[in-house]
Amino acid sequence: MSSILESIDFYFILESLIKIAIVFVIGLLSPVGMNWVERRTLALIQNRLGPNRVGPFGLLQSIADGIKFVFKEDIIPLAANRWLYTLAPIVMVIPAFMVTIVYPFGPEIDLPFIGPTKMYVTNFNVGLLYVLAMTSLGVYGIILAGWGSNSKYSLLGGLRSSAQVISYELSLSLALVGAMLQSGSLDLVKIVENQSGWGGMQWHIFMFQPLGFIIYLISAIAETNRVPFDLPEAETELVGGFHTEYSSSLKFAMLFMAEYVNMLTVAVLATVVFLGGWNGPFVKDFPVLGLLYFFIKISFFMFLYIWLRGTLPRFRYDQLMNFGWKVLLPLALINIVISAVIGLIVY
Amino acid sequence: MKEYLPILIVFIFVAGFAVTNVILAYLIGQHKNTRAKLMPYECGMDPVGTARQRFSVKFYLVAMLFILFDIEAIFLVPWAVVFKDLIYKLSKPFVFIEMMIFIAVLFIGYIYSWRKGLFEWNRA
Repeated sequence: MSSILESIDFYFILESLIKIAIVFVIGLLSPVGMNWVERRTLALIQNRLGPNRVGPFGLLQSIADGIKFVFKEDIIPLAANRWLYTLAPIVMVIPAFMVTIVYPFGPEIDLPFIGPTKMYVTNFNVGLLYVLAMTSLGVYGIILAGWGSNSKYSLLGGLRSSAQVISYELSLSLALVGAMLQSGSLDLVKIVENQSGWGGMQWHIFMFQPLGFIIYLISAIAETNRVPFDLPEAETELVGGFHTEYSSSLKFAMLFMAEYVNMLTVAVLATVVFLGGWNGPFVKDFPVLGLLYFFIKISFFMFLYIWLRGTLPRFRYDQLMNFGWKVLLPLALINIVISAVIGLIVY
Repeated sequence: MKEYLPILIVFIFVAGFAVTNVILAYLIGQHKNTRAKLMPYECGMDPVGTARQRFSVKFYLVAMLFILFDIEAIFLVPWAVVFKDLIYKLSKPFVFIEMMIFIAVLFIGYIYSWRKGLFEWNRA
């Protein structure tokens, strides 16, 4: 027993505790910020004002909404399965936040008073598989919420959502295989470092993965149930889908948060695997720039989500499944073959 | 192994957060239950029948196909990761052709399920 205790590095535990706390706060605040940006941008696109009453430019609107969530009545419908209904938000939030520890925000930066600090909580050699595994676990929350609510809308929404998520997850992971061929690693930090050539611009999207990037992007949007693939939550027919019965209490807030953190995760993965993570011009000389580049790249994806939502109509369900199975899946397989051929020629 | 330790820490952290949230939701909000409030939502009408109905077998088939193809994808991952190294150590065509055969077999299975009509959602 004592040997196990001695082998644990308490400094390391303290460091990871502090970092986890910081990353956790980022994960908690990002839905708040993204929600505000989303509502304001959609309002701009649709030529209206959007929330502008609470705080300057309506900045505190999302926080006001959050406080309202806390004080709302917590309803469990009589027909619902109480345990599953309560378990679903928990099952959805846990994997969503567990992924945040491997976000590689930036390179090692020399902080004042602290010394060189790595800008990520932890990093291990199966990082990419860990992210994929955790994001897959979100399906259980969706199907539990849909089934546990015992309402027809929820059941339909949950079924549709789980079928869609697993269909598009295939092309998503196959698109990542192409990038693995180029990087030769599953370690997220090594993948980023692999793209640091050409003065920080040797990103995998330029190094022979443009097709993989497009496949990944489409699958990622479908995976997170966003427009134009938002059939599970189609407001006009399913009244919200799997969270219809979660009247605006903290449980709904948890489902909502999990969805936004999942969006963040696929954006981080796209940035890390295809867009070079923190890499960019002059990062070698000024590592702090890396954090800025990372933030800009993530913001681009977040804006893309909102932009698409403001622009595109929704798919029909058979179109959605056809597109996933008949177009994206073979394209992803072809992309692997192309990447392997290019690998043969180049290496 | 110590780089895996934060996974355990963050799990405890987030699980605590999630359970606290559920308990908070129960404690803070008011509780005034009425019959209409606790009904499953069906556009304001009384619910017709039960929600525990049969659903299309298509969903089931999609889930089975997913398992098959996902396992194939997992087989591709180790090959992709060591591809660069193996090219230097072994002969180039061997590393390449071996996996192309695998992908071809995968593709034949894919075409078979397509021809069997597994992806035809607009047919009942």
